[in-house]
Formats: sequence, structure tokens, C-alpha cells
Amino acid sequence: MNRYSAWKYILIGVAMFVGIVYTLPNFFPEVPAVQVSTSKANIKVDASTLQTVEETLKAANVVYSGETIDPTGIKVRFADADTRLKAKDVLQQKLGEDYIVALNQVSSSPAWLAKIGALPMYLGLDLRGGVYFLEQVDMKAALDKAADRYLTDIRSLLREKKVQYSGIAREGQSVAVRFRDAAERDKANVEISNAFPDIALSSADAGDQLKLVAGLKPEAQKRIQDGAVQQNITILRNRVNELGVAEPIIQQQGADRVVVQLPGVQDTARAKDILGRQATLEIRMVNDDPGALEQAIGGQPALGNDLFTERTGGKLLVKRQVVLTGDRINDAQPGFDGRTNEPAVHINLDATGARIFKELTRENVGKRMAIVLVEKGKAEVITAPVIREEIGGGRVQISGRMNTREANDTALLMRAGALAAPMEIVEERTVGPSLGAENIQKGFDSVLYGFIVLSVFICVYYGLMGIISTISLVVNLLLLIAILSMLQATLTLPGIAAVALTLGMAIDANVLINERIREELRWGDTPHAAIKAGYERAWGTILDSNVTTLIAGLALLIFGSGPVRGFAVVHCLGILTSMFSAVFVSRGLVALVYGGRKKLEKISIGQVWKPAAAKPAGP
Amino acid sequence: MEFFRIKTVIPFMKHALVFNVISLVTFLLAVVFLATRGLNLGVDFRGGTVIEIAYSHAADLTRVRSVIDKMNLGEFAVQSFGSSNSALIRLPLKEGLSSAQLSERVMTALKADDATVNQQRVEFVGPQVGKELYENGALALLLVSIGIVAYLALRFEWRFAISAIAANLHDVIIILGFFAVFQWEFSLPVLAAILAVLGYSVNESVVIADRIRENFRKMRKASVPDVINSAITSTLSRTIITHGCTLMMVLSILFFGGETLHYFALALAIGICFGIYSSALVMASLVMWLGVSREDLVRPDKRTGAGAREKILP
Repeated sequence: MNRYSAWKYILIGVAMFVGIVYTLPNFFPEVPAVQVSTSKANIKVDASTLQTVEETLKAANVVYSGETIDPTGIKVRFADADTRLKAKDVLQQKLGEDYIVALNQVSSSPAWLAKIGALPMYLGLDLRGGVYFLEQVDMKAALDKAADRYLTDIRSLLREKKVQYSGIAREGQSVAVRFRDAAERDKANVEISNAFPDIALSSADAGDQLKLVAGLKPEAQKRIQDGAVQQNITILRNRVNELGVAEPIIQQQGADRVVVQLPGVQDTARAKDILGRQATLEIRMVNDDPGALEQAIGGQPALGNDLFTERTGGKLLVKRQVVLTGDRINDAQPGFDGRTNEPAVHINLDATGARIFKELTRENVGKRMAIVLVEKGKAEVITAPVIREEIGGGRVQISGRMNTREANDTALLMRAGALAAPMEIVEERTVGPSLGAENIQKGFDSVLYGFIVLSVFICVYYGLMGIISTISLVVNLLLLIAILSMLQATLTLPGIAAVALTLGMAIDANVLINERIREELRWGDTPHAAIKAGYERAWGTILDSNVTTLIAGLALLIFGSGPVRGFAVVHCLGILTSMFSAVFVSRGLVALVYGGRKKLEKISIGQVWKPAAAKPAGP
Repeated sequence: MEFFRIKTVIPFMKHALVFNVISLVTFLLAVVFLATRGLNLGVDFRGGTVIEIAYSHAADLTRVRSVIDKMNLGEFAVQSFGSSNSALIRLPLKEGLSSAQLSERVMTALKADDATVNQQRVEFVGPQVGKELYENGALALLLVSIGIVAYLALRFEWRFAISAIAANLHDVIIILGFFAVFQWEFSLPVLAAILAVLGYSVNESVVIADRIRENFRKMRKASVPDVINSAITSTLSRTIITHGCTLMMVLSILFFGGETLHYFALALAIGICFGIYSSALVMASLVMWLGVSREDLVRPDKRTGAGAREKILP
């Protein structure tokens, strides 16, 4: 008979339960929220921050409906968007610039669901609105810069080692050094090879012109390129933090590209502006007169001076005259002081920069200079070291009073202002928030109406077996949404279309089974035998046909990008859930309905038409 | 209710030649249109900028055109999109002008003309990215074809594999032909639809191939065309019901899914309709021409036709 073993029912039960639990969060509407997080490593968002947030809101009489704290920060929920805006202003004012206060949408689902990882589906930018950029880092520019840097280095090395050369110039991405004398050339060859392991040297003598060409080794080139991408990512991250986006995604794609996704950004023009702007680095002298500083803190900085806040928090009065700008800096790298082994930042200046810096340091021994990063009119003092001695040759070291991480940060910030390889937007997709909401509605409608028509048809055509098919289709939809929620795969508009399409295709398995049962009945099988044969024989076909569909889905997943990938993810998952629901679930239901009856006269599967002649037609 | 009361086995294979000629003609037509008119590649593949704008009132396309015309941005196009309030602006790639600047300049100009305008969507694809998307799409198509051929050859037999992929690629070409004839925009979602159709139609071929194999086991004395005829006939009602159901969903996307999914759904709908025809008639007749025989599918060393009951078909 068509009994179904208990473990299969248990399996179906467990799958259904998990499916329902993980689908649940999608039914709770999203509510406006404010998210408090930080980008600074030395600041933590913890219970005490939460307390501050609560107190601040209470003090300002801003009513909130709930708050949560998780690794991404504190989220405070509000009844409406206006209250939220007010709360954002209040919190930003109170918490200051160390914290990012961003507008966000949070699911209003109960906390226990979030605790077990049951979150609503992750909506793509085309559904929630936002900005997507694909930026390409200009690697040629990065390598050109590197060549410039080596030009300076080689020149000072040759002078230092007293090697006679007749000329040095950059040729493309390599440095050509000309000599009059072969012995000098050989000497240079040895010295350069010893000093710069990253450089590959080759002789290119033309007639009596002795020439040595220095180019970067491939592995060094790769390191520079990786560095350039990483550095750009860091810069972008800093700028995005300023935008106050709740869940930004900034990641490397391929060798030389960076993806930036800013969900929910309303003012796209401002986002583009901030992401695309240039930062500049300035070196200025510090006004160390204690009286002037006090006066400035009091609100009256002396003429030609600016009051800045150091990263460590202290106040600093800096002269307005810029002695050196960031474009004179070729490189800034974290490292260690050769003598004291303290963490340090090594700065490499170009020829002009080196000359200016030599003069500057000679005249200002014992004084402090400030390295200021200016971005969009906002200045920040990265560091303000004391000049110990005259520094020539363009190689500067800043050390003391910093740990390794600070050295890293400082070097990074200096590079950010100085030599970020230029980036260019090669792909942009911006979706306004209203269009996103519209897309959700449209996607939802197409699934809903299609499903209604489909179910009605199947129920009418196949009777009770049709109802069973429809139920298994609902289970399919439930499991698909549960898995999408569980994996937090990005749902896009083509993804919703894939949900509709998957349902339309999943019915195929049920049709195959039902048609097969009808056919078996037609040839005179008993109902029980027909059900058994129907499911057994249809299974092989279902498997084969789903594997081929899966092949297509996987290829889309591998090669697709953006909207296509969203489609492919849902398509592939949908094939898997449909196999489970069509075979397991519908079989279980059939067994539940018909399995217990010993004498089964008839199955409700719609009309089974039998040929008038008892003998079936055939060859 | 039962739609298909098929009394006799329909002798499809008797007309195999006719079907193949029809297929060949439509296929060649599609190729000719593809060659002469080409595909109207969307911004995804060709590169360029698309801006969707919405007014609070009906959009005046001529006015939008005249505003953009003054900006001297090259060959642009303005068309209505979805509702009468919306419009779509297409701009070509322009050297030395980044997408951010381009869309902003256009929006500023339009805002100056009519302040109720709102930017709904911007898509910009650079030339390099467009080329890559195109190449990846072609690669995906190739990979899907190879994967399907390999699977079918493994599971059935090489004749089935070749016939199925030929029949289904012929569907793909015909869909592309439609896009060439009507100059519908060919975008990334359309490509996804085509690949999905490819997988789905093969699905159909598998069902028929499965039945042909089963019939070879059951109908020991029947000729090859009879076996194939019987297989197509007995799966016909399932084929049409299934495709009808899928088509219901696809039409629902077409009617309710909005402008963004329009061509996606259209490609699916065409693919599904041609999928029925090509699997049943093109693939099966190709299998026949390629000379499939009972020995190819029914292994004599195995317990032939396990569970096959001779009583079903004499």
C-alpha cells in the first residue's frame, strides 16, 4: 500500500518547521531605525554606548520603540521617519565624529528570531534603492608613480655611492640611467641591485651610449598593484563612513577593481561627490607659543593660524602657510626605526620635495611640524612630530610615541592624501528608493497572480491530486524563501522573477507524476498500484530534467554578474527545493490521504478518459 | 477534466521531414535577421548611460529631447517607459566624461527646465565592462551547452545529446531572431532568460528521451518511428500542461512585473512556446535521422525493462 515511513514524515515536519521559522521574519514590516557604529578601532560600541544613546534620547524627549546591540552596532527603532531624523541629529551631536550615526531600516520581527539567525531576505539595490559603483584603479598611474619614486631613490643612491652618471630619466615605467664609462655602469649595476631587491636591471647600450634600464620585477609590480587597490578601498571606506550608510559593501573584485554598494542612499549625487573627491596632504609648521594656543582655544586664534584637533585628541595651533604639499610625497610606509627599533613611518619625497624639506628642517630644528590631511575643506592633523635634525636626500622618518598600528594608520592616511592611484567609475547602477519599492510590489504581484491562476487550474484539472500538488508548491515556496533568508542571499528583481519561474517549472514534476498516474489508471491499474508506479517512474525523469536545468543555473551563477546572478541564485535553489517538495512532500500527502484505505476504488485526479475500445491503440 | 483524449498514436515521424524543413526555414530566417539587422544591444553590453526619470505629471518627451539636445552629448534617445509620467534617456559613451558627471549634468539641466523631475534610476556601463559582460554571456552559453551535452550523453546516449542540444540551440537562435526582427533591447536579464529557457527546454527533451528509452524496452517488436511516435503521443498532454503552467507564470511576470522585466518575460514566453515544438518534433526526428536503435539504449546484459509490463502496450 502507499504507506509512508515515519522518518520521512519527521523529515518533512522538520523541514516545514525550519521553513516556517526562517520565513517568518519576512512578514514583519521594516521600521525606521538609527544605527550607531564606529570606524575607529580604539572606540567600542558596547553597553555603555547603549546607555549613552538611551539617556540622550530620553533627555531630548525622543520616543523610541526598541533597541538592539549586535556586532554591527546599536540599532534603535522608531515609530516613524520624522522621529528618526530627529534622533539622528540628537545622537550625532552627542556622540561626536567618532561614531557613525546612520539611517537604516530594521525588521520589526521579535528578538528571538534574530537571535537564531532568522532574518528577512537581503534585498538587492534594485529593490531597496541605493548606489552601486564598480571602480577601476588606474594601474598604469600607480606604476608610473612607483617609477618616479625609484628615480629619486636611484639618483640619491648613485650620488651617495659617488657613481658617475651622465643622465637619469623615466622611460615609461622604467628608469634609464646613462653612463660615459663602462666601469661606472658596472658599479652602478652592483649598487642598485644590492640596494633595491625589487628592481630588475638590464643593459641597453646603443653605440657609445652606455645605458642601464631599471624596471620593477613582476612580483614587485603585483605588490604595488595590490597595495594601490587596498589603499583605495581604505580611502573609500573612510569616505563612506562619513556618508553614514548603514550597511555599505566595499570590496575588491578581480585584480584592479573595487565594488562599492551603498544601499538605501537617498542623495546619490552627494554620494558620488564624496566618493570621487580628492584629498590633499599639507605640511605646515606648528605655532608652539603657549599663549597663542590658549588664546585660540579661548576662541580667538591669532591671525594666520588655524586651531586643529589632533587624532589623539589634543589641540594644536598650526600656521596657515603650507610648506610642502602631498604631491611631493612619493611614498609613505610603516616600518621600524633602524636604531631604536621603535615603530616608525618612512616617507619618501621627490627631488623638489627633498630640497624644500632639507631647508625646512635646517631652519626649524627643535620645532614641530604638522602633517595635515585636508578633505573637502575639513582638515585633520595626522601627526605632528618634532624636527630633530636637518634631513636631506628626501628620506624622512617619523618615529616615537606611536605603536605599530598607529604607524600603519599614519602611513595610510599620508598615502591617502598623497598618492592614491586614480580611480574611474566603470559601471554605475543607481536606483531611487521609490523605484525600489515599486519593484518589490511588481515582483510580488507577478508571483502572486501567476500562482493563483496556476493553482486554480491545477486544482480544477487534477482534483484532489491537484490540491496536493498546490500544497507541495506552497511548501516549495516556503522552503525557497526560508533558504534565501537563511543564506542571506541577495534578492533582486530578476530574483523575484526567478521565484515565479521556479514555481512555474516546479509544477512540471507534479504534472509528470499526475499524468503518469492517470496513464497507469487508463491501462487498468488499481489506484494504489497507479500511485506507486506514477511516483516511481516519474522520479527518474524529474531528476534528469532538473539536473539539466541546474547546469544552466550554475553556469549563470558562475558567469553572471549583478542582476543575472540574483536570478541564478534563486533559480538554482528553487530547483533543489522543488525536487524535495514535489517528490517528498506530495508523496507524503498522497500517502496520508489514500495510504490508509485498504480498498481504494477511485483517486480524485480529475477525469481519466479511457479509450472507447478496450484494447489500447498501439502499433 | 481532461484535455487530451488521444485515441491513436499520432504518426509524428511520418512528417518528420516537414517539421525539419519548417525548423530549418525559421532557423535560417532568424540567422538572416541576426546577420542583417543585428541585436539591439542594451547598455549592459554596449556601454553607455541610461537615466530613468519621473515627473509628477505626464512627461513631455519632446521637451526632454530639446533640453538634452542643447547639451551636445552625441546621439541620444528619449522614450517613454512604463507609465506616461516616466521617460528613459539613453546616452552614448562619451570620452573624458565620467558617468557621475554625465547623469548629474543631465539631471541639473532637466531640473532647471522642470523642477518636478525626479531621477529614478541611473545605469552606466563603461566600454570595458560591457565587453566583459558580453564575453561572459557567450561563455555561459557555451558552458551550458557543453554541460548539457555531457550529461545527456552520459545518461542516455550521444545521439540524444546531440539532437537535444541542436533542437534547443535552434530555440535560442529563434529567440534571438525575434529580438533582431523587432529590435527589442537585449540586456543581461534577457540573456539570463535565454539560458534558463535552454535548461528548461532540455528538460522537455529529457522527458521525451526518457519515454523513448522506456518504450524501446516495452515495445519489443515496434519499429523505431513507432516507438518515437508512441513516446511523443503519451507525453504530449504532460508537455502541454506543463508548458501551459510555466507560461501562466511567465505571462504573469510579463503583465505585472513592470518594464524592467518586460523583455525578460518576453524571451521566456517565446522560448517556452518554441520549446514545446522543438523538443517534441525537432529533437525526436533528429534522433531518428541519427539512427538510434534499440540496442543503443537497452543494454542486453541488464535485466531489460525492469518493471516493464508487456500488457501495457502490445
